[in-house]
Amino acid sequence: MFRLVKRSEISRKKSIVIRLLAILLAFTAAGILLLTLDLNPLEVYASMIKGAFGSAYRVREVVIKTVPLVITSLGIAIAFKMLFWNIGADGQILMGAFAASYVALNYGDLPRFLLLLLMFVAGALGGGLWALIPGFFRAQWRTNETIITLMMNYVALKWITYLQYGPWKDPQAMGFPKIPNFTANAVLPKLFGVHVGWLIMLLLIVIIHVFLNHTKKGYEIAVLGESENTALYAGMNVKNTIVSAIFLSGALCGIAGMIEASAVSNTLSVEVSGGVGYTAIITTWLGALKPLVILLVSLLFAALLQGGSFIQTAHGIPESTALLLQGMILFFVLGSEFFIRYRVILRKE
Amino acid sequence: MMADIAMEGITKTFGKVVANKNIDLQVKYGEIHALLGENGAGKSTLVNVLSGIYIPDSGSVYIDGKETRLNSPRIAAEVGIGMIHQHFKLVENMNARENILLGNKKGLLLQKEKLNGEIVALSERFGLKINPDQKVYDMTVGEKQKLEIMKVLFRGANILILDEPTAVLTPQETENLFEIIQKMKDEGCAVIFITHKMNEVMMIADRITVLRKGETVKTLTKEETSPQELAELMVGHKVDLSIKRPKTEKGRVLLEVKDLQAVNEEGIKTLRGISFKLATREILGVAGLAGNGQKELCEALAGLYPITGGSIEYLGESLVGKSPREISSLGISMSFVPEDRLGMGLVAAMDMVDNFILKDYYKQKGMFVDRKQAREKARQAIKKLDISTPGINNSIRELSGGNIQKVLLARELNSNPSLLITAYPVRGLDINVSYKIYDLINEEKEKGVAILYVGEDLDVLLELCDRIMVLCHGEVMGILDADKAGKEELGLLMSGEKTDKLGD
Repeated sequence: MFRLVKRSEISRKKSIVIRLLAILLAFTAAGILLLTLDLNPLEVYASMIKGAFGSAYRVREVVIKTVPLVITSLGIAIAFKMLFWNIGADGQILMGAFAASYVALNYGDLPRFLLLLLMFVAGALGGGLWALIPGFFRAQWRTNETIITLMMNYVALKWITYLQYGPWKDPQAMGFPKIPNFTANAVLPKLFGVHVGWLIMLLLIVIIHVFLNHTKKGYEIAVLGESENTALYAGMNVKNTIVSAIFLSGALCGIAGMIEASAVSNTLSVEVSGGVGYTAIITTWLGALKPLVILLVSLLFAALLQGGSFIQTAHGIPESTALLLQGMILFFVLGSEFFIRYRVILRKE
Repeated sequence: MMADIAMEGITKTFGKVVANKNIDLQVKYGEIHALLGENGAGKSTLVNVLSGIYIPDSGSVYIDGKETRLNSPRIAAEVGIGMIHQHFKLVENMNARENILLGNKKGLLLQKEKLNGEIVALSERFGLKINPDQKVYDMTVGEKQKLEIMKVLFRGANILILDEPTAVLTPQETENLFEIIQKMKDEGCAVIFITHKMNEVMMIADRITVLRKGETVKTLTKEETSPQELAELMVGHKVDLSIKRPKTEKGRVLLEVKDLQAVNEEGIKTLRGISFKLATREILGVAGLAGNGQKELCEALAGLYPITGGSIEYLGESLVGKSPREISSLGISMSFVPEDRLGMGLVAAMDMVDNFILKDYYKQKGMFVDRKQAREKARQAIKKLDISTPGINNSIRELSGGNIQKVLLARELNSNPSLLITAYPVRGLDINVSYKIYDLINEEKEKGVAILYVGEDLDVLLELCDRIMVLCHGEVMGILDADKAGKEELGLLMSGEKTDKLGD
């Protein structure tokens, strides 16, 4: 039989080799699946790469998908660093989008820069305040944030649904349940063919990197994440740190919501988050809570999504198969984390 | 001729760490065999192999001359091996009888009368006084330990392993335990006794095997050795086993605590009216069994534990209700080396530099943290305290226990304290580091620092401290002058007998 031994430490090189092997294995296993469908796996993979990076348009699409993933991941990373399991990014995105939309729909005639700035602030506030609710409960009564943040996603979702079907329904949509489109001033402008969200994303990466590594608050969050007793011993204000870090976490998700509503869908709808709040949990984790690594992982993830949707049309593969491919890659990569922590020893007997 | 229980060439590795390297151990029935070694010498790993918890990478075990594969604790129990762990494995809300029966496969129904008879018979044979109907949560530590021993004997063990059994006992309880162990020996059991206390070995063992860094150093009989020799074998070089107590003129009273009261989260009183004075240039020792208010006292003084009554005065300034930062802003330099080093004093995942700024980063101007000074301090500390670490940027989790404690002490002493509170500063550390720490504490005392030293080893307390305060159930049982007190007296106080001696 075999037994598992916990590794004491692992060299960087070895851990990279294990991860690369996992990706290779994932493509091999997925290849077997494709073979059973009478498809040539190499061709499919080649067109996945083509689908993601094959033309300027496709690259732009990948970037557009990367932006919300990265910003949301940055938000989640702050919470995770403190061991606050914020599963509520999706709801925070929605509430950020909601607050930004409120500004866009009611003050659509304001000058462009002022309007976008107001929407940006509203988005951050919307997501931040939404996250503050579970944050406050946790700081005050030590409630389990995983459950509360998750449940609040559904509350947010139903709230947007209500608006879409009720008070905010567009009277000119001929009965179709849809919120009116934003005015042109409320839509983020483009730079190099992609909305300026990518610039905001790059700025935020730098800011959060500095925040986590070089500020007092960032240091407090790191200490608190390791041990609350140590934080108390050092004289930190634990409640205050929890609450402000969670606000910041939600605010970043809210900013992602504002960007999506403004630049991508030009309106508010229940699809505005597109499940990014959940996917970002994975990219945050794989990105080891480090802003620069998160950018890299999110880019790969967005390419995988984009390439996956391209092969559907290019090879007539059903959507479920494309999703399966993505799932298998994820499974292997996440599974490889196990082998980074443990060593398997075969025993002769 | 092969011994009754023989372990040959046992090797066991954990990752890169070789815990046991080609170890031999031979034990006979009817003998008390002490396994002596510093922390990390491989004692626990070796007996875990013998009790079937770890499976060795190589090597064999022979019981009664037959090679035996101890692949699980159950197999070990079948051949008569029983282990009494340092941390008791009992179900708190069951009574003694139920705990004894747990995991036993003798019949389906509980035959209470018959079992009680068996338990009483065993009790008498080995001098283990146990009430089968007593719930575990009502038992003292000593009683729990007897129950653990009973559990093992009940399963028919005749090879008994005791993992540091005296660490949690008062001197009186220890004596009682030794009587029981003696009875086991007379009944023909083999007793393997793990410890790192030389005096206990000299008191009870017949033969001693010394381990060092995962290897067998030597097996000797008690008659042919001395504590001095054993200590040298354990450490690997000459050691001076006496602790210095520099004579200093006691200074003015720095800290005065009066009638200190506190309750824990469950509303149970943890401190019941503690009063004492602490002067500069003195070390006040705090003795007591674990969990009798030491932790709460230290934390209350440091501003980390809410108190419900009484006063704490530092040169007349009240510290009651003040947070650590408020205390510091009064200009009081208090250093606190907590019992839980990695869970409270330090951040395990951070490097030395980030740990060095833990208590004063907030004093820096602006919103950013500057680590330049801390880096320099960390480098100096490595030199001064001889800390072995791959570098100042490696997380301190990678360091050994002794080096972790040095990092913590270095940070706390860097702030030039006038009051130093240390809780179990040498727990789990090897002899060398322990003595280094005693020296550091004495150095502080000579500098004029007032020191509160919470300890567990009575010999150390008696040698190092000027006065010793004994706590029991959050109460002061007495404060004795260390050069006039004896271990017996301290032991009685620890178990709750009050004295009117309250020092001065």
